[in-house]
Amino acid sequence: MSNILNSMLAWVDKRFPLSSNWKAHLSEYYAPKNFNFWYFFGSLALLVLVNQLLTGIFLTMNYKPDASQAFASVEYIMRDVDYGWLIRYMHSTGASMFFVVVYLHMFRGMMYGSYRKPRELLWLIGMVIFFVLMSLAFTGYILPWGQMSYWGAQVIVSMFGAIPSIGETLQQWLLGDFTLSDAALNRFFAYHVVTLPLVLLVLVFVHILALHETGSNNPDGIEIKENKNPETGIPVDGIPFHPYYSVKDIVGVVVFLIVFCGIIFFAPEMGGYFLEYNNFIPANTLQTPDHIAPVWYFTPYYSMLRAVTVNFLGVDAKLWGVILMAGSVVVFCFLPWLDRSPVKSIRYKGPYFKIALTLFVISFFVLGWLGTKSPTPLYTLLAQIFTVIYFAFFVLMPWYSKIDKTKPEPKRLKE
Amino acid sequence: MADSFSINEEMSGRRKFLVAATSVAGGIAGAAIATPFLLSMMPSERAKAAGAPVEVDISKLEPGMLLMVEWRGKVVWILNRTPEMLESLAKVEDQLADANSEKKQQPDYAKNRTRSIKPEFLVVEGVCTHLGCSPVFRKDIAPADLGSDWLGGFFCPCHGSKFDLAGRVYKHVPAPTNLVVPPHVYLSDSQLLIGSESEGSA
Repeated sequence: MSNILNSMLAWVDKRFPLSSNWKAHLSEYYAPKNFNFWYFFGSLALLVLVNQLLTGIFLTMNYKPDASQAFASVEYIMRDVDYGWLIRYMHSTGASMFFVVVYLHMFRGMMYGSYRKPRELLWLIGMVIFFVLMSLAFTGYILPWGQMSYWGAQVIVSMFGAIPSIGETLQQWLLGDFTLSDAALNRFFAYHVVTLPLVLLVLVFVHILALHETGSNNPDGIEIKENKNPETGIPVDGIPFHPYYSVKDIVGVVVFLIVFCGIIFFAPEMGGYFLEYNNFIPANTLQTPDHIAPVWYFTPYYSMLRAVTVNFLGVDAKLWGVILMAGSVVVFCFLPWLDRSPVKSIRYKGPYFKIALTLFVISFFVLGWLGTKSPTPLYTLLAQIFTVIYFAFFVLMPWYSKIDKTKPEPKRLKE
Repeated sequence: MADSFSINEEMSGRRKFLVAATSVAGGIAGAAIATPFLLSMMPSERAKAAGAPVEVDISKLEPGMLLMVEWRGKVVWILNRTPEMLESLAKVEDQLADANSEKKQQPDYAKNRTRSIKPEFLVVEGVCTHLGCSPVFRKDIAPADLGSDWLGGFFCPCHGSKFDLAGRVYKHVPAPTNLVVPPHVYLSDSQLLIGSESEGSA
């Protein structure tokens, strides 16, 4: 039996690089031996991606991208399609969990300096993936055509209208109409189910290729490739991804799925944070709900959008808000060049970086919380203060990371 | 490896020229084929044809009441202002960003303090000039959430922009300009036409 299998494999290998790729990317891809908890989230993001693709395909079988039928078709999936509720909740919970794992994945990179040389391009590809993910989340949220779908889309698309001179034409081009209507719903459906998933798949593939070119970073932030066994050429602190990390990741998958199923079965709306109450009301083009807020993963940026209330430098507050909101996401792209510290990992960085990162995380959470609240003068002031802290983390990094008192990096990974 | 992709020193002049010419021709062809696809995303003929003027009967609109009508997919408010409401317009003027309606957000016949043809009837698009939400009509005086100097107006729940009872924007809010007054004309005392300035084109 094994003879037959071996000869079949040999037959394939002569025609397709199967064994060599298996080795290069799994059984002989050497990853640092000290991966910890934070290294689960890359493979979990891949798991959620598969979940979104599979459940998404089954949702399109019953969903209707038509302004007069969309809301009813989602309710039809929830009530009349066998297990439709399960597939829909897997998809909607998956969307939020995608952001949970991606935020943790990014935070890991910030802690251990994974964006530093030679992984700048890997980080940038990851940022593009993040932009595509945000676009996917936005276009997907429009599809049920509830009140939040409609007014959320109205706000986001109006931002393009804030761009001087070309704004209005650009907005009409995006909407395919003079107002948000059926034409926009139909095309956002096309983006959500065809364009963006294709782009995302290609980018994820490229992200992994780039990772396997540079090799993985690790909690110590030192290069295992600089310390190779002279005979084998294998990093002495490296272990093969398969079976060591494939087995470790399965443990992560099991724990993640317990949490995931818990949410799907017991709290699919997550108290209005994963699925907002106002979105169970069909879109009403004449009335904005009294309280509107985006889904939780967009609230930090949304807080910054509305934090600017004064005109300055000849630019009005509206455009500043849009610039700040876009800037708050794009600014991550500059991290590889803002960080001037001689060491990569937080383990060897000094107190300034630790304080700065802590303040940044606090401001991210506070802005996120403020984004779920109605604006009052106090909340607006808080949003302004924490917006400044958020940006200070990035803008001041070249200075505080340079003068920080770092510890010497070890030559080999700690056990 | 990179050499085989691009023009380099070792290439002959003829080959360099041919590579450059082919790239330019390919680029032009790419732009040409993209054009119909990009233009197909502009509003269609059907979308352009929609948007006829709407006629509204305002005879039943009591003082202090707000009527919402839909015009070109947008909400248009018609507010019958009471004398107290009209008095409030002068009182809030020092808090407004553009009290004299200098920015062209209204037809010339509505460039006045009440921003209207008939003083009591305000006709504005109920679309916040910030990011397109529809503000809420708040005629209650000095409510807890809007402060003791609130004399009535419109409050946008999305990002906190405030407008007075003539749709004029307050200072220090995200919205940059006053609410838009659409073209409109009175056909009679009770009939209002929104979306046109002449009786003939109705």
